[in-house]
Amino acid sequence: MSKGVHFVTGKLWRDECLCFFYFQNGKGESKMKKEGQVRIPSGCAIAAVISTEGKKISGGLVAEAMRPMHDRSNGLGGGFAGYGIYPDYKEFYALHMFFDERATRKDCEAFLKERFEVVHAEVIPTRKIPAITDEPIIWRYFVAPLQSKVAAMQVEEEEYVVRAVTRINTEMNGAYVFSSGKNMGTFKAVGFPEDVGIFYRLEEYEGYSWTAHGRYPTNTPGWWGGAHPFTLLDFSIVHNGEISSYDANRRYIEMFGYKCNLQTDTEVITYILDYLIRVQHLTLEEAASVIAAPFWSTIDRKTDLNDKEKHIYLRTLYPSLLITGPFSIVMGFNGGLMALNDRLKLRSMVVGEKDDKVFIASEEAAIRTMEPDAENIWAPSGGEPVVVRLKEGVQI
Amino acid sequence: MKRVYVNEEWCLGCHLCEYNCAFANSGMDDMAEALKGKKIFPRIHVEENDRITFAVSCRHCEDPICVKSCIAGAISKRDGVVCVDQDKCVGCLTCVLVCPYGALAPNENGIMQKCELCLTNSFGEPACVSGCPNNAIVYESRDEVQTEVDPDGRTLYVGD
Amino acid sequence: MSIDFLYPEFEVVRNMDRCITCRVCERQCANEVHAYNERLDKMVSDESKCVNCQRCVSLCPTRALKIVKSDCKLRENANWQNDGIREIYKQANSGGVLLSSMGNPKELPVYWDRMLINASQVTNPSIDPLREPMETRVFLGKKNVKPERDESGNLICKVPPQLELDLPVMFSAMSYGSISYNAHASLARAATEMGTYYNTGEGGLHEDFYQYGPNTIVQVASGRFGVHEEYLAAGAAIEIKIGQGAKPGIGGHLPGSKIVGDVSRTRMIPEGSDAISPAPHHDIYSIEDLRQLVYSLKEATEYKKPVIVKVAAVHNIAAIASGIARSGADIIAIDGIRGGTGAAPTRIRDNVGIPIELALAAVDQRLRDERIRNNVSLVVGGSIRSAADIVKAIALGADACYIATGALLALGCHLCRTCQTGKCNWGIATQRPELVKRLNPDIGSRRLINLLTAWKHEIKEMMGGMGINSIEALRGNRLMLRGVGLTEKELEILGISHAGE
Repeated sequence: MSKGVHFVTGKLWRDECLCFFYFQNGKGESKMKKEGQVRIPSGCAIAAVISTEGKKISGGLVAEAMRPMHDRSNGLGGGFAGYGIYPDYKEFYALHMFFDERATRKDCEAFLKERFEVVHAEVIPTRKIPAITDEPIIWRYFVAPLQSKVAAMQVEEEEYVVRAVTRINTEMNGAYVFSSGKNMGTFKAVGFPEDVGIFYRLEEYEGYSWTAHGRYPTNTPGWWGGAHPFTLLDFSIVHNGEISSYDANRRYIEMFGYKCNLQTDTEVITYILDYLIRVQHLTLEEAASVIAAPFWSTIDRKTDLNDKEKHIYLRTLYPSLLITGPFSIVMGFNGGLMALNDRLKLRSMVVGEKDDKVFIASEEAAIRTMEPDAENIWAPSGGEPVVVRLKEGVQI
Repeated sequence: MKRVYVNEEWCLGCHLCEYNCAFANSGMDDMAEALKGKKIFPRIHVEENDRITFAVSCRHCEDPICVKSCIAGAISKRDGVVCVDQDKCVGCLTCVLVCPYGALAPNENGIMQKCELCLTNSFGEPACVSGCPNNAIVYESRDEVQTEVDPDGRTLYVGD
Repeated sequence: MSIDFLYPEFEVVRNMDRCITCRVCERQCANEVHAYNERLDKMVSDESKCVNCQRCVSLCPTRALKIVKSDCKLRENANWQNDGIREIYKQANSGGVLLSSMGNPKELPVYWDRMLINASQVTNPSIDPLREPMETRVFLGKKNVKPERDESGNLICKVPPQLELDLPVMFSAMSYGSISYNAHASLARAATEMGTYYNTGEGGLHEDFYQYGPNTIVQVASGRFGVHEEYLAAGAAIEIKIGQGAKPGIGGHLPGSKIVGDVSRTRMIPEGSDAISPAPHHDIYSIEDLRQLVYSLKEATEYKKPVIVKVAAVHNIAAIASGIARSGADIIAIDGIRGGTGAAPTRIRDNVGIPIELALAAVDQRLRDERIRNNVSLVVGGSIRSAADIVKAIALGADACYIATGALLALGCHLCRTCQTGKCNWGIATQRPELVKRLNPDIGSRRLINLLTAWKHEIKEMMGGMGINSIEALRGNRLMLRGVGLTEKELEILGISHAGE
C-alpha cells in the first residue's frame, strides 16, 4: 500500500471518520469506501497463549511472537487481547474506546453516564513510536450497568451492555467501543503487530491468556477499529482467512439484533459464537460443530447414534451459521481459549504445549519464539475444536 | 443370450423399425437413397389392430422348427442365431408355413430372408432396437426362463 | 361464419428428395397435419392444423421435415402486432376467453440473466468438487426452536418436521389429469431416485403411486379434488395451493375431455365433468382462515408432516409471505409470473403477477427484517431454467427451487403451448391412451434423473468456484451476486450491488 494512502487515511480519521475518504489518482478525485461500507478481504497471522494454572504471562511475550510472522501482515492492522489483566476492576466491564475528537468523547461519556456507573476512566497509556502514527484518542472506562435501567429494559445484564455497545458503534459517529469484557482488554491499531505491542506498552500488562493478530488486508484505508481482535463482552476473536459464507452468515445473524458494521469475517464470527453460546446456550464444542460442521458423509458414517443425531440436529437447526471458506480462529473468553480451523483446513494453524502453557499460532516459529522448548506440536484437523480451559479451582 | 424383445405396452405402431431394418440390410449409407420410391421388405413387421400394435421378428427359438422344415438345408442355427443361406434357398416357403410367429418373409425376389440381429450387416446390432423411439424393442439377456410350447408339446422357444 | 381470418402460423417444409413416405409423420401427428396421398404417392400436409410440436420432425428417419414460422404476414404495425390481431380474430369467431398453456411468452425482463455469479481469486481458494466434498443437502421446514437439554445436559434433538432434499430442486405441482399417468410415473420415479420430491398437483394421487409417498408432496387446492385421509397420509408433505404464477387469482381448470377413467376416479368426480377449481378457497377468506386450514391439515396428519403454502407472486407478496410465515405453515412456495400451466386464460397468464426474482428478494428480506425467516423455508418456482438460475435463487435467499416446465422439457415437451387441447403428441399433457403410451416412464424418469444429475454437477461447480462447499453457505449470500444493466431501484429490491462495485 502506498504511503499516499497511509497519509490520507490518518488525516481522514480525525476529519470525517465515517464518511467516504478521497485520494488523488492522478486523473482527478475518486471515491474509495471505508471499512464497513465495503467488504475487504484479508490474510493474517494469529497467535495465542494460555496458562492453564492461571499464571501471569506478560503481554510482551505474545507481541514478540508476532515478529517471525512479520510477512503475514502488511502493516495495516495488529492487535492483542489479554485476559486477567484488570484484577483490580474485575467486577466491571472494561470499555476500550477510540474517539476522533474531544467533543465526541464528551458526548459519549454523557451517553455512558446515563446507562452505567463509571467507576474509573483514563487514557490508555501509549508510547510514541515512529511506526505508529495518526492515533485517535484512546480511553478506557470501567463501568457497571445501572440496575434500574437494566430492569426497565427487561433484559439480562450482558444483553444490556451489548445493546449499549452496539448503539455507540452504530449510531455515534467518531466513537467506537473496541473492547467490552470484564477483566480483559483488547489493544489494536493500524501498524505491524509487534509495533502495536510496543505502542500499547503491552509488557506492562500481565494476564493468564493472550491472543494476537497481524492483518494483511488487500484493499483498505486501514482504520483502527477494523484491526483485530474483534470483541463482544469477553469474547474476542482473532481470525485468519476469508470466509465465503459471509453474507449468508451476516444476513442470518442480523435477524437477532446484531449489526455487522465492519463487514469483516471476524465481526460476524464473533456474533455467531456469541449467539450460539450466550443466547442459544450451546457448548463450545457444539458451537464448533455448527460453524465448522462435519460433512454429511462423515455424519452419515458415524456409528455412535447419539453423536450422529446431535450433528444432524445441529446442521438442521443452524444451516445458515455454517462457515465455509478458509479460516483459522482463536476465540478468547474468560477462563479459556478455543482454536478452530475451517472444515477443509484451508489455513495453517498449529498447537504446542509446555508445562502449564498451551500455545496456538499460524506458524510454529511463533510458538518457538514464546517457548523454544515447546512440546507436542501438532496441527488440529479441519473442524476439530481445540478447547483449553483454566484448570478447575484456579481463581483469577 | 441377448435377444430382441418387444414390449407391446410401449409399441406405438410407428413402423420405424421396419424402415430401419430395411435400411440396415440394404447395404447402403444413406437411408433416402436406399429406400426412396421403393417398396420395403423388412425382417420385422408391425402387427396391429385398433387397440394393439406389436412388432414381430424372429425369436431365434431354442429348437427352431424352421430349421427342421427347410427342404434345402438353407436355414441353420449359428451361435444361437437362426440364419438363412440365400444361395441354398429354393423359395418353397415351407418355413413361412411352419413358423408359429410369422417371423419369416421372402425378399423382393422371393428368396427367404429373416432377422439375423444385424450381426452381419454394417450396423452390428439390431437397427430396429436402436431406432425405436419408445424403447418398445429391446435387445437384452433376460434372467427369467421363458418357454413356449406348441400344441404338440414341442418346445418352440426358450429365453434365457 | 364463412371466413375465420386465421391463416396457418407454420409451414411444414418437406424435403421431397429425402422423404421415403414411411408415413411416420402421419401416424404420429394427433393433429392430423400429415397424410399420404395414394394417387400422388406422396406425403401431403394440412398446415392449418400444425401447432409446431416437432414430433414429426424428431421422428422422421431421413430428416426430411422442418417446421418454420410462416412468413405470410399481415402488414407491419408496431402497435397492432400479428398476435394481437389474431387474438381479436379468434375472439370475434368464438366469443370466448382466450386460453393458453405453459408460461408467459412475453418479453418481460428475466432478472436471472441480469445477475452474475462470483468466483474466488487469490484471497481465498476455489474448491474442486471432483476432489473435495461438496454438499447440496437441504432441509425444508421450521428452524425456530430453541435447543433444550435433558437432566444430564444432553441436547434433546427434536426439530419440527422437515423435508430432506439431496439437492435444492423439487418437481413442482402438475396434476394427474393435466399431465398423463406416464408423466407422473416418470416424475415420481425420478424424485425417488434423486432424493427429492414431486408434487401431485390438485388432481389427487393415483393408487399406483402411493408407493412413492415418501417422495411425494400432496396438494390441497380450492377444488379439493382427490383429497381424503389416506391421500394426506400418503405424502411426505402437504401443500395448500392458494395460487399459481401462471394464473394468480383463479383456480385450476381441467376440461371434461381429460376427466376420463382413472383421472375421474382419482379426482373423485364424474367422467366428462369439467374440473373447475374455485378461484379462492371458500374456507379461506383471510389470513386467520389460512391458519385454521394449516392446523386442520396438521391435526389430520398428527403434526408429522410439514405444510407448504403455495402462492403466486403478486404485488404485495412480501406482506402476504409474512402473514403465511405467522400462520403455522412450515414452507412457503412462491410461483412467479413466468410459471407454466396446462391451461390459463391468456390475458391472466400474460399480465397478472410479478417476476419471481423480485418476489423472492423482497420476501426473503422482509422475513429477515421481521426476524421470522427461521419460521419457514422458502421455495421458489416460475421459470427456473438452469443450474445457474438455481444458484442465483439460493443466493438471493431461497431454500430450494421448484421446476415444472424444465422437467416437462426433459420429458420431451417442445413448448408448443397447446396443452389445453389434450392432444399432446409427446404423451405428456394428454389422457388419450394411444398418446399417453408415447411417454415410456423408463425413458422419462431416466431423462429427469439425467437432468437433475447434470444440474447437481453444475451447482457444485459454481459453488466450488465461489469457495463454498455447502449449499447452506450459499443461501441468502447476496454478496455472491452482482447485477448488470439494472436500475438503482431494481438493485435495491434484489439487495445486490452492481457489477464493478
